[in-house]
Amino acid sequence: MPASVKIRKGLDIRLKGHVQGASHVLPTADRFSIHPTDFHGLVPRMAAKAGTEVKAGEVIFTDKKHPEIKFVSGVAGTVQEPVRGAKRRIMRVDVIANGGDAVEHASLDPTVPDGDAVRAALLERGYWAMLRQRPFDVMPAPDSVPRDIFVSGFDSAPLAPTAAMVLEGRMDGFRAGLAFLNSLLSDGRKVQLGIQSGDDTFSKVTEADITSFSGPHPAGNVGVQIHEVRPVNKGEVVWTIGMQDVANIGDGLMSGRFVAKRTVALTGSRSQPALLQTTIGTPIAHIVKDRVLLEDTRVISGHVLTGTVRGEEGGLGFHDQQVTCIPEGHEPLFFLTKGWLGPGLDKFSASRAFPTWLMPRSKQYDLNTNNNGEERAFVVSGQYDAVFPFDIYPVQLIKSIMVGDIDRMEKLGIYEVAPEDFALCEYVCTSKIAVQDIVRKGIDQMIEEFA
Amino acid sequence: MKALHKLIEERVKPNFTGDGKLKRFWVVFDALETFLFTPGHTTAKGVHVRDGIDLKRTMFLVIVAMVPALLFGTWNIGHQYYLSLGEVTTADPWSAMLLDKLIVGAIKVIPLIVVSYATGLGIEFVIAGMNGHAINEGFLVSGMLIPLIMPADVPLWMVAVATAFAVLIAKEVFGGTGMNILNVALTARAFLFFAYPKQMSGEIWIHDVMASKSGGLLADGYTGATALGHLANTVGQPVSGEVSNGVMAMFTDGGMFSFMNCFIGTIPGSVAETSALAALIGAAILIWTGIGSWRIISSFIVGGLVMGVIFNALALNAYMTIGPLHQIVMGGFMFGAVFMATDPVSAAQTNTGKWVYGFLGGFFSIMIRVFNPAYPEGVMMAILFMNVMAPTIDHYVIEANIRRREKRLTASVA
Repeated sequence: MPASVKIRKGLDIRLKGHVQGASHVLPTADRFSIHPTDFHGLVPRMAAKAGTEVKAGEVIFTDKKHPEIKFVSGVAGTVQEPVRGAKRRIMRVDVIANGGDAVEHASLDPTVPDGDAVRAALLERGYWAMLRQRPFDVMPAPDSVPRDIFVSGFDSAPLAPTAAMVLEGRMDGFRAGLAFLNSLLSDGRKVQLGIQSGDDTFSKVTEADITSFSGPHPAGNVGVQIHEVRPVNKGEVVWTIGMQDVANIGDGLMSGRFVAKRTVALTGSRSQPALLQTTIGTPIAHIVKDRVLLEDTRVISGHVLTGTVRGEEGGLGFHDQQVTCIPEGHEPLFFLTKGWLGPGLDKFSASRAFPTWLMPRSKQYDLNTNNNGEERAFVVSGQYDAVFPFDIYPVQLIKSIMVGDIDRMEKLGIYEVAPEDFALCEYVCTSKIAVQDIVRKGIDQMIEEFA
Repeated sequence: MKALHKLIEERVKPNFTGDGKLKRFWVVFDALETFLFTPGHTTAKGVHVRDGIDLKRTMFLVIVAMVPALLFGTWNIGHQYYLSLGEVTTADPWSAMLLDKLIVGAIKVIPLIVVSYATGLGIEFVIAGMNGHAINEGFLVSGMLIPLIMPADVPLWMVAVATAFAVLIAKEVFGGTGMNILNVALTARAFLFFAYPKQMSGEIWIHDVMASKSGGLLADGYTGATALGHLANTVGQPVSGEVSNGVMAMFTDGGMFSFMNCFIGTIPGSVAETSALAALIGAAILIWTGIGSWRIISSFIVGGLVMGVIFNALALNAYMTIGPLHQIVMGGFMFGAVFMATDPVSAAQTNTGKWVYGFLGGFFSIMIRVFNPAYPEGVMMAILFMNVMAPTIDHYVIEANIRRREKRLTASVA
């Protein structure tokens, strides 16, 4: 029996457009798109010039600060001129597929993994990008020694696919991936895996220490699980990695080829929900094609709380396993009907000022992107605490960030959190404050301080 | 409604933007437009969907919670007026002259509300215009609270001065709604209390009572003093002396200030503070919608009861012998617990802090009123004092959290 933890604070936003049933294979796209912006703080240095032919698994760019960290192409093809944003920052690199070969590396044996060899392979073969670390929610440095590695075995975000859906048929790869990652830990420690209570997807897994979690979102956030199992203290580093990427590392290091499979749930009220087997870097347009009503729709890579909008050409977010399509909310709302004084039957609210809490739990909501009000100073108190299952005072931490008090941020627990952990605070906020953005800025300040 | 919005956007708005004739009044237009229509602003970064709740709905629900107190208070002004003239009796408050009472009450209450809102919103508009801010909803609640805690016969100019003082000094100098340290409405009340002590005492609680007195119309033996005003006379007197016995007779069953009368609120006092029942209905609405903090309301009441029990045990004067439940239904205690102490901006912010804040607020309310008869309204003093203390309470709660984290670090290093 794994240890079990019950998360009491949080909120499940009940949206329309769940994915159900079996997955099917999405035909291969003709393009691979990678956004360096998916790796916070990364400054890419191009390794392959525009027009170069690359094999699948060949390096396209490296990390300017740590050239050992390589970013590879998921397909064989021709590297395109990078798409640049303000200050010539590289926003996206495309590779047009040509059906060529893949790079072949030596295969590694998960039964007798060697830590140094695994680390070198992760760096060299493009898997390092799948890792993130706490504190700061960034890619770990190449010489980073993690105290623990945490994997969340379920996604509790709105409309997220289940572990059984995204790991179907990949359990051997997943277990091999865990074995490889275990070799990077000292003192015989194992990867920490948080599973949803009652889920038997991981019943055969012996390569990890398992803790089961129950309760509302953000129970599936790895940050919450770290906080419950072994919180991050000042000076400690833990790594996190998505469950599909554990399987990619397992399959990839065993086969010697770059494996970047991604089972993606296409969800949301504007889509015909579908579970699609595809790869990292697939263009969003390819995923939503013929399945989404595009007019006045926001297509989000990821889920509604932390996802990003990628534009028409953009590729699936590197860490995302979901695409969500919801209506835009440009319409002004007349106060008596749809606005602040309306009955609000179609609004989903954590507060009891709307009738949400009187509705049956089975009711699903078609939420749009309207802000439902204007930004104000903090007025209401206790609202964030109700959806924030950390032993941290969220408003006080946010205020310390707003005034730029590094010492206070540290004391109030900034090492433990990522912007995504504050997503629900931002959702429920009466004053419509951009909480995740503030937390990200605070983390950036900390990074700068330690640089 | 699309047509209306189109009309506003195309015909009205240009007057207030760019080189429009009325561009100075942009904040006024903006406030009214956003009142009518929640803007079609969409989420830009971070979350893509937002909760339906906003500050307008929150503030509106607080006003809804005040309606029972407002209606009862309006009736009670009329009731006390006819009581002072001897046209109705305390024995039968309900059946007679319902409409007359409401009319008299409305004549008093409506101007108070108008003056309060006009003064407060006027200042808010000017300052928002000067700073280029949007108008904040905060004053919607303060502007209603101020008239509700005024004596019925207070001169309107005093209300205007007090409101202006409260909005400027208690709120705007700190940066507006959300930034204030003291409760705005209570600051207005405290201002009057200290700036015009003479005018704020005596028979100000009853409509036209001075005129009635000089005209010889006053009912036999009628005094317009409040329960706390009477009780203040017992301080310094022997527990069962003549004065005390006379006062305490009014607080027994059947007396003017019996528990039931105080609970329902058919007694003299500020406009809407007299009825503990109406305040409790408001509390039910605030707690039910989750807008008022049940932690603060309940701990405030418990704090008052505890102090009442302690006074009962001491029983040094007649005032201290009033039962704890009777204590908390008198004066502004309940109204303060429900509508003043719960102001989220000036109260403690942490959940643990709210328990402490509420308890001490209630505790000091009863203590001040009994210890210092010059301040019959201990609730006002206690809440303002706790407003000042709230950041300190939160400070200790948060320091405890920080120490927990430091302890964990030491444990992991060792």
